[in-house]
Amino acid sequence: MQKINYITENFGKYDVFSIDSYMNIGGFQSLQKAIDMEGEDIAAVLSDAGIKGRGGAEYPMGRKWSQARAVKRPHHCVICNADEGETCTFKDRELITNDPFNLIEAMVIAGWAVNAEDGYIYMRAEYSHLRPRLINAIKQAKERGFLGKNILGTGWDYDVHLYSGAGAYVCGEGTALIRSIEGKAGRPRMKPPFMKQSGLFARPTCINNVESLSIVPHLLHDAVPYMQAGTKESIGTKMVSVGGNVNKPGVYEVPFGITVRDIVYGLAGGIQEDHKIRLIQFGGASGKISDDRILDISYSYEDFAKNNLIIGSGSILVIDERTSVIDFLRYTQDFFLHESCGQCTPCREGNRHIRIFLEKIKNGTYTDEDIQTMKTFARVMPMSSLCGLGETAQNALKSAFDVFPEVFASKTQTEAVG
Amino acid sequence: MEEKITLKINGMPVEVKKGTKILEAAKVLHIDIPHLCYHPDQRVKARCRICSVEVVGKKRLLAACATECWDGMEVFTDTKVVRDTQRGILQLIMADHEENCLTCPRNGNCVLQHLCSRFNVLRPNLTHVAESIPVKTTNPSLVHDPEKCVKCGRCIRVCKDVQGIEAIGFAGRSTGLKVTTPYEEEFNKTDCVLCGQCTVVCPVGALVEKDDTDRVLDAIFDPDKTVIVQTAPSVRVALGDAFGLPDGSIVTKKMVSALRMIGFDKVFDTNYGADLTITEEAGELIDRLKNNKTMPMTTSCCPAWVNFMEKHYPDKIAHLSTTKSPMAIFSAIAKTQYAKQENIASKNVFSVAIMPCIAKKYEAKRQELTQNGLFDTDAVITTRGLIKLIKYIGIDFNNLPESEFDNPMGESTGAGAIFGATGGVMEAALRTAYEWMTDKPMPTLEYTPVRGFEGIKEAQVEIGGHNLKIAVVHTLKNAALIMDKLRDGKCDYDFIEVMACPGGCVGGGGQPVTTTFAATKERIKALYTIDRSSKLRKSHENPYLKKLYAEFLEAPGSETAHKLLHTHYHAREKEFDFSK
Repeated sequence: MQKINYITENFGKYDVFSIDSYMNIGGFQSLQKAIDMEGEDIAAVLSDAGIKGRGGAEYPMGRKWSQARAVKRPHHCVICNADEGETCTFKDRELITNDPFNLIEAMVIAGWAVNAEDGYIYMRAEYSHLRPRLINAIKQAKERGFLGKNILGTGWDYDVHLYSGAGAYVCGEGTALIRSIEGKAGRPRMKPPFMKQSGLFARPTCINNVESLSIVPHLLHDAVPYMQAGTKESIGTKMVSVGGNVNKPGVYEVPFGITVRDIVYGLAGGIQEDHKIRLIQFGGASGKISDDRILDISYSYEDFAKNNLIIGSGSILVIDERTSVIDFLRYTQDFFLHESCGQCTPCREGNRHIRIFLEKIKNGTYTDEDIQTMKTFARVMPMSSLCGLGETAQNALKSAFDVFPEVFASKTQTEAVG
Repeated sequence: MEEKITLKINGMPVEVKKGTKILEAAKVLHIDIPHLCYHPDQRVKARCRICSVEVVGKKRLLAACATECWDGMEVFTDTKVVRDTQRGILQLIMADHEENCLTCPRNGNCVLQHLCSRFNVLRPNLTHVAESIPVKTTNPSLVHDPEKCVKCGRCIRVCKDVQGIEAIGFAGRSTGLKVTTPYEEEFNKTDCVLCGQCTVVCPVGALVEKDDTDRVLDAIFDPDKTVIVQTAPSVRVALGDAFGLPDGSIVTKKMVSALRMIGFDKVFDTNYGADLTITEEAGELIDRLKNNKTMPMTTSCCPAWVNFMEKHYPDKIAHLSTTKSPMAIFSAIAKTQYAKQENIASKNVFSVAIMPCIAKKYEAKRQELTQNGLFDTDAVITTRGLIKLIKYIGIDFNNLPESEFDNPMGESTGAGAIFGATGGVMEAALRTAYEWMTDKPMPTLEYTPVRGFEGIKEAQVEIGGHNLKIAVVHTLKNAALIMDKLRDGKCDYDFIEVMACPGGCVGGGGQPVTTTFAATKERIKALYTIDRSSKLRKSHENPYLKKLYAEFLEAPGSETAHKLLHTHYHAREKEFDFSK
C-alpha cells in the first residue's frame, strides 16, 4: 500500500510549542521564499498543483487567491476556516494539533500573496483545547518578526487573530463565519456581495480551509513529491478522516487515485467484526452516499464525479449492516434539522418535513403520496435555499433515492410482491 | 447616461436600467413574481425564497428580489420546477402557520392568503407543525401573534433601518427561529415606542394593531352616549387606497358621509384641533424665545416621538412642547366646552379619534390626558379600523354622496391639514408665529424649505430681527441623530419638528397595509392641495377658534388654556438598557 507523508511531513518531528524546534526542521523557509515571489506567482503554484478547497466546496485555490489579489479595495484580510463542522471530519484538528506553526506560516504566506493586513483563524468551539498552542504559535511568530510590523524587512505589516465559534455547523459557511467573528448571530447572507469583494467587516476577504492552507508551505518548499502523487486530474495527496464502523478510525494522508477499498480495508483496518458495509458517506453530513459497489473506484475528483459522489471535506463514514439506510438518513436529517439557521423557508421548514417523512417510512406508515411529496421537497430545498447548507442538506437522501430505491418503494408494489 | 441592459423573461425581451432586480424587471412586463419578504422600501432580505425563478445557465434557482439582471440574461418564471418550488415553499409556510384565516384581522388583505389563492394551495400533504405561541397584547396599541409569523423579517427591517429602534429581532435557529423582543418581554418593557410601522409592513396577521372598532360600535349602540368623531388630516388622503382609488386621492367628503352612516352623532375634524395646537404651540415658542426658557423646542404632536423621548432621551423631555397633540386638544375641548355648550354631561360624550397611527391608542390612555377620572379620548381607531367599519356597514364608498363636517369643531384651515406631512407642523407654526412676532403675514405662505421627503431638513427664518434656526425630521433613526447632537451640546436649532413615521402621519403606522414611500409621497401632495384650496390657511384665523378663545380660553397661554391644552411628560425607565 502506498504510504505518503507530504502534508503530514512535520507530524511528530518538532515540539509544537517551540518555534525554534519548528525552525530547526526548516520552518519559515517557505515564507522566506514566498517573500521573494510575486503573489500572482504563488497563486500560480497552487493552480499548477490543482488544489481544490479542502473544506468541502472544492473551489480552485489558486484561482481564489488570484481573484482576491485582483480586488482593488484596501484592507484585505485572510481567514483560515477551522470550523470543521462536517460530521466525521477531523483532519484539520490533526493538522492544528501536530503542526500549528506550519498553519501560521501558511497564513503569513497567504497574507503576503493576497496583500492582506490581517489574518483570522476561526476555530470551532469544540477545539478550544487547541487554542493555547495556536496562541503560542502566533505569539512566538510575532516575537521572531514573522508577524507584526515590517515582516522580514519588507515594510509589510500583518497580524493573525484567533477566534472561536460557538458551536454552530452553519458557521463553517463563509458568510455566517464572518458574521460570527463580527459578533453577530451566525446566519449566512445572500451573495453577492462576494467575500472577495466585501467579507469580514466589509473588507475584501480570502477564506481558506486549514488543510488547503497547510499544503502551501510544503508546496513552496518542494512541490515535486506532491506533483508526482495522485492522478492526472487529481494531483497530490489528501487528508482523509475515516470513521464509523471501521476497526481503525483516524486521519490518513492518501495519494489521490488510491482505491476506496485500500482506504477502508487497508488503512482503516476493515469493518468491525467483519460486518458487511451498508453504506459509505463521503464528505460529511452534506456528502452523498453509496454502497460497497464503489469500493474499487479510485479516490479522485474525476472518478467520484462519475459515480455521483463528492470528495468534499475528505471524510469517509462507513456504516455497516447493523444500521439501516433509513435510520442513517434519519440521523443525518436530525443533524440538519438542528443545524439549519432557520432564516430561509426551504431549509427551515423543509428539513423538518423531510424528517417527518423519514419517520413515517421508518414506521411503515407512509403513503405513496408521501414518497412523492418528499421527493419533491428534496428537490425544492436545494434548488431554492439561501446558502450551501440548504443546498446540500438533502445530498444523502437524494443519492439514497438512486442507490437504495427499495427503501422508498411504492407501498402498492411492496404489497403486490410481499 | 444610465447604462441599459436587455434581458428576456419568459421569452419576452425587456430593457431595464443596469442594477435592476429580476422582480422589478418582471413588473415592466406586467408579471408579478410572487414575493413575501420583498418590500419596495426595504433592502434585500432574500429569505422567503418564494420569488425563486429559473435563470438559463444556473444550476439552482435564483431569488428574483435579490438578483440583478445582466445583459442577455434569460429568466423563466413559469416552468414546472419554478412552480413546484414556489408552491412548495407556500405549502411549507402554511404547514407552520396558524390557519385561522376566517378570524384573522388580516382576512382579505393578507399577502399569504392571496398567494395561496393564486397558487391553488388547498390541503398540502404535509403535517401541520405550527405550535401555539403566546400572543403579546399587554399594551394599548400593538398585538404580536407569532404563530402567524412567516419569518420574512420585514418588521425587523423597518424597526431597525427606518426607526433605528431594534425592539424586535430574530432569535433562535432552525425551526425555533422567531421574531421576538429581547428576552421575549412585552413591548412596554422594550425599546419599542409603538410607532406601528411593523404593522404596516407585516404581510400577514402576526403584527397588527389592537382593534377598538367593537368598542366604538358599542358606544354608538348606547342610547346614553353622544358619540363624536374626529378624523386626522392624513386619513382622508389614504382611505381611498382600500377602495381601489389612486394613491393620494382626497376623499374627505365621502369619508364624512360614511362616518355619518356608521352612526356617529357628530363628525368633526382633527384639523380643528391642529389649528388649536398650532396657536398654542406658536405662543409657546415665542414665550420660550422671549423668556430664555429651554431651547430648542421640539414638537410633541407625534405620540411615537413622545414615547421615544420618554424612553430613549428622558433627560431631554424639557425640550418637548407642552402643547397637547391635535387629537388630545380636540378631546379636551370636546369634554369641556363642547359638552357644556351642547348641555351634555362629560361622561356621556364618547370621543372617538380616527388616526393614521397606533401610538395614538397609547396616547389616549395617558393619565395626563384625563379629567375627573375620564379619558379625554375614549377610543382611537386607525385608518385600517375605519376601513373595517365602512366594510361592516356595507357602504359602497366610491359612490357615496359628499357631505361636510359638523360645526363648530369641523372648521379648520389649510395649516391644520398639512399637519399630516413631514414639515407641515413647522410650516403651519411659522405662518402663525411669524405673524404674531412681526404683525405682518409671512411673505410666502408656502414655505418650501421644510417640504419634501429628505430625512433631515434645515432652514433659517428671519422673524422680526430674530434668526430662527429650524429643523424638520422624520423617522426616529433621523431623530436620534438630532437628539444625540443635542446631548453633545452641538444642536443650535430653535425649533425642531419630529414625526416618527416616514413622510409624517401620511406614512403612519395605522395607515392601510398598501402604504409605501411612493404612496406616502402622493398623500403629501394631496395635503398640500387641500391647503392650497382652503379659504383660510393660517390656524389663528380659524373663526371658531377665535370664538373659543374669546368665550372660553381667554388667550393663547392663558391659565385656562394652560390647564386644558398643555400636558407634561415623564421619563420612563427602560427595563433593559442595551446602550451600555
